[in-house]
Amino acid sequence: MPRAVVVVPMHNEATVVADVVTELLTSFPVVVCVDDGSTDDSAAVARAAGAVVVPHPTNLGQGAALETGIRFALSLPAAEYVVTFDADGQHDVADARAMVERAAFRDLQVVLGSRFLGASREVPLARRLLLSGAVRFTRRTTGLALTDAHNGLRVLRRDAAEAVRLRLHGMSHASEILTLLARGGFSVEEHPVTIRYTDYSRTKGQRGYNALNILFDLAVNRMRAAA
Amino acid sequence: MIIKVLLLAGLAAAAYTLMHGRRTALSLLVRRAIALLALATGGVAVLFPDLVTRVAHAVGVGRGTDLVVYLLCVAFLFTTIGLHLRLAAMHDKYVELARQVALGAARADAPAAQAEIVRPRAVDIS
Repeated sequence: MPRAVVVVPMHNEATVVADVVTELLTSFPVVVCVDDGSTDDSAAVARAAGAVVVPHPTNLGQGAALETGIRFALSLPAAEYVVTFDADGQHDVADARAMVERAAFRDLQVVLGSRFLGASREVPLARRLLLSGAVRFTRRTTGLALTDAHNGLRVLRRDAAEAVRLRLHGMSHASEILTLLARGGFSVEEHPVTIRYTDYSRTKGQRGYNALNILFDLAVNRMRAAA
Repeated sequence: MIIKVLLLAGLAAAAYTLMHGRRTALSLLVRRAIALLALATGGVAVLFPDLVTRVAHAVGVGRGTDLVVYLLCVAFLFTTIGLHLRLAAMHDKYVELARQVALGAARADAPAAQAEIVRPRAVDIS
């Protein structure tokens, strides 16, 4: 198993994060939980479960948390891969493991989880419709032949992680990462993953209409970048 | 209708500022010049109200008051966009500052984490 550090952005996940950390630590040496200004005791729970906690002093947004976690992971010279993993328990640790092995075996810089390749059939209809629109948008704007967008499970090799600097602090970072990866010309592959849609993960998930906010962020970001 | 050209140009400039706006020395100079100009024009308009109406007629607006309202709308748009850009830039700095605080707080954990990554472990044959 290559040396990989898992980054878990979390915001008020005290009820589930202990299980997520414990399970991750069976496969990965280090789990970094970025506590994004939780008002519950997520940080203490994650620390007790064995994670390194990087505590944002206030809530900065998921994109900001991810960026902080990636920077912490890169500050560890031994980290060869950075894995991003959601705190709500919707991802499978075995998938994360398989993705790191795939990255190492096939010499890839980036492996992205996709719930639409293979196993996950239980994606709720509304989500599926929204995501198919997001996927088409992502394909067109990035040129990457992807089957999923906004999947929180990703593996970045050190060189790719170093090149990705997230500037969208909120929920638009998922598309931003893909744009940056496409622009950087990294070797990217998708890997089939299972998403567990629990009642908990559904309540923690984004509102569908936030897609419009994301579109707006991306449009402005792109035009400003072109300026 | 000269006013249509002027207002559309103003709106286009506002859109351009929203997308490409940067705080440069030139933009600062332009803002200051506009502020001085607005003060001077305001003074003149107060002293000679008829002048506003004549200028309005010259650009194709019925009343001086209407011209003032139109200019006010465009000025408000520029103010809002300027403030938005400024807040966004400040937010970026605030996030980076908070991130440095967070990373500083976790720095003490880094050596143990580094040791944990390189620690040799039993081969997993599962």
